[in-house]
Amino acid sequence: MALDPSFIGRSYPPTAPYEVGREKIREFAAAVGDLNPAYLDQAAAKALGYPDVIAPPTFAIALAMPASDQVIEDPALGLDFSRVVHGDQKFSYSRPLRAGDRVRVTVRIDNIKSLAGNDVLTVTGEMHEESGEHLVTTVMTLVARAVSDDETKDE
Amino acid sequence: MAISFDEVEVGTELPAQSFPVSRAALVRYAGASGDFNPIHWNEEFAVSVGLPDVIAHGMFTMAEAIRVVTDWVGDPGAVVDYGVRFTRPVVVPNDDAGAVIEVSGKVAKLLDGRRVQVDLLVTSGGQKVLGQSRAVVQLG
Repeated sequence: MALDPSFIGRSYPPTAPYEVGREKIREFAAAVGDLNPAYLDQAAAKALGYPDVIAPPTFAIALAMPASDQVIEDPALGLDFSRVVHGDQKFSYSRPLRAGDRVRVTVRIDNIKSLAGNDVLTVTGEMHEESGEHLVTTVMTLVARAVSDDETKDE
Repeated sequence: MAISFDEVEVGTELPAQSFPVSRAALVRYAGASGDFNPIHWNEEFAVSVGLPDVIAHGMFTMAEAIRVVTDWVGDPGAVVDYGVRFTRPVVVPNDDAGAVIEVSGKVAKLLDGRRVQVDLLVTSGGQKVLGQSRAVVQLG
């Protein structure tokens, strides 16, 4: 079942602020095995010109994914989220996220199309610091795989 | 340590790296990222949805791949743009060896403002796992 294209352009309310913490950055960096001192050591981050430790480039996904759940779980859109896979991911940074940032994510649906029976959804997340400063734009393509003929017969 | 724009040209190769990925690493990444999808840690579930075995989080692979850029440039905040397409899963067997993600990169374009586009080649088991994997990097 194709998704309703009238949802293109729909925005969802900004999320509650997420406070980026030094220890969360450390945990994420360790989990990807990346010990760049800019993530771990305030002095090293300051030497690069940052007021505090910065987060690895893909850290923003930890905020983007919960924010995009607003779309995935929107009953009005009716996406079958058991069939959703991550197709593409992009980040555009105005500056790196850093410890102390309080970040709100505003999610919107930028495109809905159907490719070979799959629903392809483009979800953009604009991340701003509470002060209003733009931090990162994330663009995520989600693919809801079509129900195969075999499965249709089962139903 | 910082790389100067004047030092690079189209075709400049970044030092390639190999990143091992074990089941334990996926569990740890699940906790750190908040992505607890069972396809990344529960073999029975993964097989039930048609996968050959547990697969790595696409975002884990994306995080590893950019290290070739951030280790090269030194300042991870120099990455101003980064995008990938998840083309093939990285299958992670439940053994001591796990899987290995191989990443190489080269400068593909010189851009305005002393920026460059780096194209990454990301493979596992000899097969490309990320497509259109590229970053824009601010050089000095």
